[in-house]
Order: sequence, then C-alpha cells, then structure tokens
Amino acid sequence: MADIPNLRRGFRFQWEPAQQSHVLLYPEGMVKLNASAGAILAEVDGVQSIQEIIASLESKFPEAGSLSGDVEQFLADAANQHWIEWL
Amino acid sequence: MRCSDASAGPPLWLLAELTYRCPLQCPYCSNPLDYADREQELSTEQWLDVLRQGRAMGAAQLGFSGGEPLVRQDLPELIAGARELGYYTNLITSGLGLTEAKVQAFAEAGLDHIQVSFQASDPELNNAVAGSKKAFEQKLAMARAVKEAGYPMVLNFVIHRHNIHQMSDILTLCESLGADYVELATCQYYGWAFANREGLMPSRGQLETAEATVNHFRDDLRERDHPMKVIFVTPDYYEERPKACMNGWGSLFLTVAPDGTALPCHSARLLPIEFPNVKSMSLEEIWYQSPGFNHYRGDSWMPEPCRSCDEKDKDFGGCRCQAYLLTGDADNADPVCGKSPHHDRILAARTAAEHATAGLDDLVYRNTKNSRVFFRK
Repeated sequence: MADIPNLRRGFRFQWEPAQQSHVLLYPEGMVKLNASAGAILAEVDGVQSIQEIIASLESKFPEAGSLSGDVEQFLADAANQHWIEWL
Repeated sequence: MRCSDASAGPPLWLLAELTYRCPLQCPYCSNPLDYADREQELSTEQWLDVLRQGRAMGAAQLGFSGGEPLVRQDLPELIAGARELGYYTNLITSGLGLTEAKVQAFAEAGLDHIQVSFQASDPELNNAVAGSKKAFEQKLAMARAVKEAGYPMVLNFVIHRHNIHQMSDILTLCESLGADYVELATCQYYGWAFANREGLMPSRGQLETAEATVNHFRDDLRERDHPMKVIFVTPDYYEERPKACMNGWGSLFLTVAPDGTALPCHSARLLPIEFPNVKSMSLEEIWYQSPGFNHYRGDSWMPEPCRSCDEKDKDFGGCRCQAYLLTGDADNADPVCGKSPHHDRILAARTAAEHATAGLDDLVYRNTKNSRVFFRK
C-alpha cells in the first residue's frame, strides 16, 4: 500500500512570520495551521513514509508519547481535503 | 470617531490590478465605469516596491488582475519578483493574449496558479458576452496549455440570467479540461454589473434550478472521489442576511488599482471617500493610518439598525458599496438585510428579475466608448 504522503501540486507550505504560524497556500486560499498540523506537514516531503514521519515526530516530541493515531488521522483528513496525495 | 486603528491585523491578501486595459467587453466587469478616464499605470519599479512593502507587512496571497494583466509587458518580471519575495502568486486572466510560450515562461518565473475566466460553456454565447469572436477557442486552448504545464487551474464563470441554465454543461466542460477548482460566481452588482443589473439578474426560479444542478454534480464528484472542487457564490440579492463583505473593511484585503490608488476592495473606488495612493504614502501608513482605510473599521460608525444588532460582529453591516449604490449613503445597513429600512429596493430588484425580458443586445458593454459616456456625466 502507498504510504508516502506528498503535497499536491499547487500547494505550498511555509512559515509566515506575520501570523507566527505555518500556513498552507493554494490557489486563492490559505489555511493557517495550528502547531501540531504545522509540525506534521513540515515532515511531508514526498520521501518519508508515514511510519518515518511518526518516528521523526516522536523523537522530536518525546513528552507527547505515541503520535501514530494523531498523525494518521491528520494525514487522512488532509488527503480527504485533497491537500496531499499518497505516492 | 474615525481615527487610526492599531488593532487592525495585517493585509494577508494583496490584489494588484495591473491595468484597466482589456481586449474583452464583459457587461459585468468590476472595473470602474469611468475606467477610460484613468489611463495612468504604475511603473514596473513602483509595482515591485508595492509588492516588497506588502510582503514585509505579511501579505502571502498575491493576485495579478486587471483589466487583463497580460497586457502588461513586464508581467514576467513582476511574477519573478513576487515569487522571490515568497508570495503565492495567482494570475487572473481572460486567457486572451496568453500563449503556450508565456505559460511556460511564467512557470519558470515561479507563477503558482492560473485562473482562466470563461463567459459560457459554448462558443456562441461566450463570444457574444465577451464581445470577441475568437475568445472561446482561445480560452479552451489556453486552459489545456495551463494544465499541460502542470499548474493547478481555476476556471471562473460569472453567472447571470443568460448562462445560468448551462450549469451542467459548464461543469462537464470544466471536468473535461481538468480544472482543479471551478468558481461559479453569480454576478455581484457593482461597476458595469450594477449598470446592467436588470439585464443580468437571474430569477429565483433560475437560481434554485442552478443550485440543485450544482449540488447534484458535487454529489457525483464526491461519489467518484474526484478532486475537482466547485465553489458556487450565491447572489446576495436573494439573501435575507448581508454578507460579511471582504471579511470586514480593511481586515484582510488590500487592492492596488492601476494608478496606485489603494482600496479596501476593488469596488470601493465608487464610494465618496478619499483613498490614498502608493505613490505618495507607504503601504504601512495606508493600511494602518490612512482615513480611507480606517473609515469603516470597528463599529462606531454604524447607524441603526446595525448599531444595536447582535449580528454586527458577524456581518459588519454588509457591503458599504451596496449600501451606497442602493441608498445613497454608504453608512447605511446593506439593504440585503431584512432589517434595513431600504430592503424594499432588493425586493424590487427580485420582482424585476421575475419579469425581465432584456436580451444580450440590451446590455451596456464594457468598452472605451461606453466608459467615456460615464465619465462625462
């Protein structure tokens, strides 16, 4: 099963100092991301698999415990919104 | 009291109206009626400076619009400058003047997205509304070129009584062209569209049929897990609650007109308010300090029924331009609101739409000759 998420063409993820947050930009729109959504999307590079993303986030945020449920849920939502696609 | 408002957030959206020049003559154009009297345009360097200032203030979305922005020969330079600054760059075009080579060159300059407007789903109606015999064929070719170059693509259709029966054909055409987003933007009655309102406004029956068709198509897309998104902008003339116009005056949107006039929305030029110009004031000062941008911030300007309304924080009293066009006083509640003492003007427009007989030949088309008539008034 495909398990590498990638941003769809036309979507751009970047840090916006004026909003003090990560945003997702797309044609004529912008989503301001909360800290956890920003941290997850920052890992989405079209190379790392979802398991590698979870492992990376768990090592960055050891106090958060298991993150697999949150990451899977978020990426499933992001795919439903057609922000990302599975490679 | 109208003073500077330090609590205003930054402008996140910058609309650069590069020119009022356009090869098309759509009778619902949002440009000012007297555009032909405003031929001055900012230079390349002045535009790049506006873009730098806007980005430094926090603007992230940038629209290149017009008129037809492709008329500007320096467009590739402006795109490259904007992309380098970190904007998400949108080109909003009729497709006329576009070529496959330009589509490629813009991609190399960093353009993120192209929106192509259509007037109808068939060549005959499209070209009649646009006032150009070759428009439809050119738009089809350019939509294909945009997709081929890998851009995300928005197809925009302005909807009115003469094309509102085409929803199904329009959506089928969009899907076949590979659109990522479809904007079905029901006419908003400002500028040329206000002058032509009786000849453009659909009846309630037409509107309900169109909405049902769109919803059916959306359900079908969802069942097929098709990513095309359909946005149907409903006409506020059929609402009872006013729209939160521009998400609030001077809240998110900053438009710079071809001559450098800064506006809280692209229609605001019609208001009897003095707006600042980027040639004589910094964008920061314009946004945070100028009387024009602070004019309708907050709610202390509101008369009744808005002042005591418990929805004033939600809709900000509706649209100032609509209040001005329909009541003669931009401070008034937007007459779309059922509580407005002028709501009868909206009801009269609905009644007129039930009985309208105007054909395409009866509309006033947006061209220099007709514009000169407006500025001589």
